[in-house]
Amino acid sequence: MQVYLDNNATTMVDPKVVEVMQPFFSEMYGNPNSLHKYGTAPHPALSKAIDQVYTALNASDDDDIVFTSCATESNNWVLQSVFTDKIINGDKNHIVTTEVEHPSVLSTCKFLEEQGVKVTYLPVNEQGIVEAQTVRDFITDKTALVSVMWASNETGMIFPIAEIGEICKEKGVLFHSDAVQAVGKIRVDLQSVHVDFVSMSAHKFHGPKGIGALYIKDSQALTPLLHGGEHMGGRRSGTLNVPSIVGMGEAIELATKEIEITGAKIREKRDRLEDALLELSDTFVVGDRWNRTPNTILISIRGVEGEGMLWDLNNGAIGAATGSACASEDLEANTVMLAIGADNELAHTGIRLSLSRFTTDEEVDYTIAHFKGAVTRLRNISSSFAKQQPTAGGEVQECELHH
Amino acid sequence: MAKSDMLGESLWDAYSDKVTTLMNNPQHQGEIFEAEAQERGHKLIVADFGAESCGDAVRLYWEIDPKTDTIVNSKFKSFGCGTAIASSDVMTQLCIGKTVQEAVKITNIDVELALRDDPETPAVPPQKMHCSVMAYDVIKKAASLYMGVDAESFEDEIIVCECARVSLGTLQEVIRLNDLTTIEQITDYTKAGGFCKSCIKPGGHESREYYLVDILKDTRKEMDEEKMKAAADAGADGDFTTMTLVQQIKAVDAVIDESVRQFLVMDGGDMEVIDIKNSEENIDIYIRYLGACNGCASSSTGTLYAIEATLKEKLSKNIRVLPI
Repeated sequence: MQVYLDNNATTMVDPKVVEVMQPFFSEMYGNPNSLHKYGTAPHPALSKAIDQVYTALNASDDDDIVFTSCATESNNWVLQSVFTDKIINGDKNHIVTTEVEHPSVLSTCKFLEEQGVKVTYLPVNEQGIVEAQTVRDFITDKTALVSVMWASNETGMIFPIAEIGEICKEKGVLFHSDAVQAVGKIRVDLQSVHVDFVSMSAHKFHGPKGIGALYIKDSQALTPLLHGGEHMGGRRSGTLNVPSIVGMGEAIELATKEIEITGAKIREKRDRLEDALLELSDTFVVGDRWNRTPNTILISIRGVEGEGMLWDLNNGAIGAATGSACASEDLEANTVMLAIGADNELAHTGIRLSLSRFTTDEEVDYTIAHFKGAVTRLRNISSSFAKQQPTAGGEVQECELHH
Repeated sequence: MAKSDMLGESLWDAYSDKVTTLMNNPQHQGEIFEAEAQERGHKLIVADFGAESCGDAVRLYWEIDPKTDTIVNSKFKSFGCGTAIASSDVMTQLCIGKTVQEAVKITNIDVELALRDDPETPAVPPQKMHCSVMAYDVIKKAASLYMGVDAESFEDEIIVCECARVSLGTLQEVIRLNDLTTIEQITDYTKAGGFCKSCIKPGGHESREYYLVDILKDTRKEMDEEKMKAAADAGADGDFTTMTLVQQIKAVDAVIDESVRQFLVMDGGDMEVIDIKNSEENIDIYIRYLGACNGCASSSTGTLYAIEATLKEKLSKNIRVLPI
């Protein structure tokens, strides 16, 4: 058996999505901007996809939802264009975000800092979320934008977006949310919360890679990131990625039309998996499960290093993720887990399991068994569980490696 | 950056088969207890290095025959990734049968070499080389406990890059001999800084006593000072190309005063030296004409050639004179 439990990284494209995309590669391949019938042929499908996305997010017809290449582009667009519009060509100079955002937000903020923008990176509480009051405390009259993720990729924890939205509305500050981990996992209703900009990506909800969107409330002004032709009402240039847009429309509809029911089914499996893994001694899971996306577990297993655990899971054909420093290219510990501040250990022992609507009960059973076996093996090797104490003078007082 | 960087190599694919095999099935994993060692008339040494909170920890067990100082048995426990476990396993293997004095000579380089499938191909990707350094550190600690000395006494030189084991002395020498000016060049010449990158500058994976950026800066400063001192010692009679800028300006002015200015003044003109720029191939002397020379047709032809020829002859054939 093989089990894919890394759905917060990317998902399988639903075969139904692949099916609706199929005609737009070699049959209806016209450029939708062309006047001839080849160009107009995909229009009904594009129109349907747009409807599907607006419906899924309960967006108003007065709002814009612009297709982009991915959420990284959407995030870059908002940050860089708010910089252009409100800071270079305005009297603001400050952006508020969090320590735990995706690199596409954090790196862009670092880039803007180099351009002279002041950026405040808000800390998270022990649940791994930023409290609305903290956001309020750091907004000044120079604040151009608040950017807070809707849900965390690492922990699945859901941020108080409605409350932060009200604060931003009251203070007259633009509010952006990277909703990559929320759309398709929990209900995102853009008429019940106040958010100016929302980023999303199709491949996180069983759509294709390379397509995402940016929601822009009330079609408000935002300088384009990509200049060129008059695509997407002039907001985002580049020939429309017809098959992917059609696929994203179908994927978002499939993911959201019965989201409460689907979410409950995923949650049930997730909770069963989580409960079983918590039977192991010296383990803990980050964040209240009722305030988490229903598919995510971030579990810390004392004495078991993250990459080692990932290795053993992979040997059992289970795909998971770790924030462990050892598993990253630059050896840096996971910033999210460090930011939660539970313990440095968590940054090295955290394993993230993220399910999807395609995860089966059999897969959960298999994972529980294999996971427990791996923990037993690695704890058997682990120095943390050794019995013979070091020779006097051979102990380690504190971390000698990282300071 | 180039084509090969467009798709980063998968970390685990770069592991040797030995690393994979030993991670899956370490041979020397386990413990040796005080009582068993005593029963056999041996001394047990147990040393820890690293901690779970810093992401890597290893505990090394040595059972030593006190009559011969020989490590008769060795085991390990490790909290770490695949490379850390495989490195620890090979480290214990390398220790067994050696005397303590021989074992302290084992370095992380030996451990990594022992993990290779073939001698030419690294056992782990560069950033994982760091995981084998702990093996070296813990051996030193165990030996220091057994011999009752300080672990640092085993080091006869200052190691700046632990992954590649490059000393401070080597780095200073290589920078000098090859006239290196960038960190990339240092890595190309010595491999230092090419692995976990902690030793390049503060803020990396771990903090270090010495950083390549500082060593480069300090060595370059020393080199410049020595160059200046040499130029000062050589004085006006020295080689123009090795002179300091101030000396060059003085030398140029002296030549102009002696052999050029009088001819310009005769025609109601003059000139001044504005700047001197030294590049690899040329020494560019920027001048400005004054008085009647300014705008004179010959100032960009005959007069200019005469000035340049004089300076070339008296100072350096690499001189170019550029009026502005």
